[in-house]
Amino acid sequence: MLMTSQVSFLINKKHEKNDEKTLKMKIENLSVYYRNFRAIEMVNLPIYAQSITAIIGPSGCGKSTLLRALNRMNDLVPGARTEGQVFLDGMPIYVPNVDVVEIRRRIGMVFQRPNPFPKSIYDNVAYGPRLLGIHSRAKLDEIVERSLLAAALWDEVNDKLDQSGLSLSGGQQQRLCIARAIAIQPEVILMDEPASALDPIATLKIEELMGALKKAYTIVIVTHNMQQAARVSDYTAMMMLSDQAERSGTVIEFGETEQIFLNPKDKRTEDYVTGRFG
Amino acid sequence: MIQTTPIRQQRRKLINLIMLGFCMLATLLVIAPLIWIIAYVIQQGLPAINWSFFTQLPTPVGVPGGGIANALVGSAMTVGLGLLFAIPIGTLAGFYAATHPDNGLGVALRFSADVISGVPSIVMGIFAYTIIVLPQRHFSAFSGGVVLAFIMLPTLTRTTEEMIRMVPKSLREGSLALGAAEWKTSLSIILPAAFNGILTGVMLAIARAAGEAAPMLFTAFGNPFLNLDYRQPVATLPHTIFVYAIAPYEDWHAKAWATALVLISLVLLLNIFARLITWWRVRHIGTYH
Ligand SMILES: Nc1ncnc2c1ncn2[C@@H]1O[C@H](COP(=O)(O)OP(=O)(O)OP(=O)(O)O)[C@@H](O)[C@H]1O
Ligand SMILES: [Mg+2]
Repeated sequence: MLMTSQVSFLINKKHEKNDEKTLKMKIENLSVYYRNFRAIEMVNLPIYAQSITAIIGPSGCGKSTLLRALNRMNDLVPGARTEGQVFLDGMPIYVPNVDVVEIRRRIGMVFQRPNPFPKSIYDNVAYGPRLLGIHSRAKLDEIVERSLLAAALWDEVNDKLDQSGLSLSGGQQQRLCIARAIAIQPEVILMDEPASALDPIATLKIEELMGALKKAYTIVIVTHNMQQAARVSDYTAMMMLSDQAERSGTVIEFGETEQIFLNPKDKRTEDYVTGRFG
Repeated sequence: MIQTTPIRQQRRKLINLIMLGFCMLATLLVIAPLIWIIAYVIQQGLPAINWSFFTQLPTPVGVPGGGIANALVGSAMTVGLGLLFAIPIGTLAGFYAATHPDNGLGVALRFSADVISGVPSIVMGIFAYTIIVLPQRHFSAFSGGVVLAFIMLPTLTRTTEEMIRMVPKSLREGSLALGAAEWKTSLSIILPAAFNGILTGVMLAIARAAGEAAPMLFTAFGNPFLNLDYRQPVATLPHTIFVYAIAPYEDWHAKAWATALVLISLVLLLNIFARLITWWRVRHIGTYH
């Protein structure tokens, strides 16, 4: 019993995916602990290149934890510990002498709440490239323009690049954060509910943007919004708390988005995507 | 539905009015002496102020004219030296305490900052006298700067710590997620985001330090001549006020008032200047607070 709106989205969706799937990232037996509490347990998940993978599931099941494990942001949480492995282009990222800074440059992140730096719009976008040692004004100008164009923000801000990034509206701020992330041309972009603080129009802009970005980037998005997952993603991973005494989250089903929404194998997935989940 | 009787309503309004009256009275009690002091200082000090008061050196007793150029320069030197020592140390220590809240060192820092701010400044003067002036065998602007640094440090560390705590965690994460190193994030994102608050702390510290007379007796000591050497004694504004005020001469009293007026005005000007910077930064860089 699927909601008709979801079905129509799926049917209208163009099949833009390339048929031969290349594996960009691979999550293998991943568990993350916050001190003694195991937040996620034994997650196995492929992330395919140049596609959008949505992570869905009820609140508290560990979606953010999983996402933040992919660029080692959990390292910043005191007491957080990771077991298992994540591979980026076949290279393990949870190994002792891996360069975390390099990992984070290759895997960008957009947060749930827009978090522009208290700097000008220009300096927000130029921050990443400057970290990489690009200081020529002409080169930076070009990167800033290209990134803001790609983030569909250029037309709205090109005459006020020296204004504070905080002076923008919430939706514009979030696109600024996307521009900031793609300015250093990462290979993967992680987005944690990027539109949850935005109104429907701004949300639509972000969604269109994701569709455009996936031609060049691999995108992983966490969302609470089923329609959004159905609209934008190619693959969907369904997360849920396990029924055991220790309530850790894990991926209970993964597949192409059509399959997850139209023909879920797991009863819990079906309940959740049809809104029957309590 | 709950009924409120008119009597109750009136009673509530009356109590409200009385409380409000008390609050306003208390506010006036705070403002009134302040205005009184400032008005009095202006009234007493203004007549003795003219251009040469700023540019000339003090004259001997009985000789009319003269100014406080030596004290202006000396205060600038001691406060400037104090800031030179205190700002890097205070902000770095405050930064450390803010980023390592549960760490023993951070706790120790907070505790010592509180204790130091409770130590009378004259005791700090004696301390600096013992550890700097005595071994060097002479008073100096340098020792004055060191005392003022000690006086400014608690304010600086505490405000820096609090302001850095107020910077949203998401900014740090945003920077690290772009592959910025931790030190780079602190320097380019967190410190600038806390800048306005830290600047306010610096202003408070300057205002406090610029008015300290007691520790100057043991360190900068005073000097009737213009001196630019940090190894030599210098006059300072508060110390000059003290010397003029306790002297038994009418015209020196007038000069004490005039010097006090200059000191107050300078601190005020500095604060206005800081406000302008903050205002400019909020406009152009934005703020999270
Ligand atoms: N920093 C942390 N320290 C301790 N526990 C945490 C921390 N962050 C998350 N958790 C716990 O880990 C579990 C998973 O949290 P997570 O934020 O990953 O869930 P989520 O699926 O993203 O939820 P939501 O949909 O509400 O954002 C929760 O029980 C949460 O309380
Ligand atoms: Mg979350």
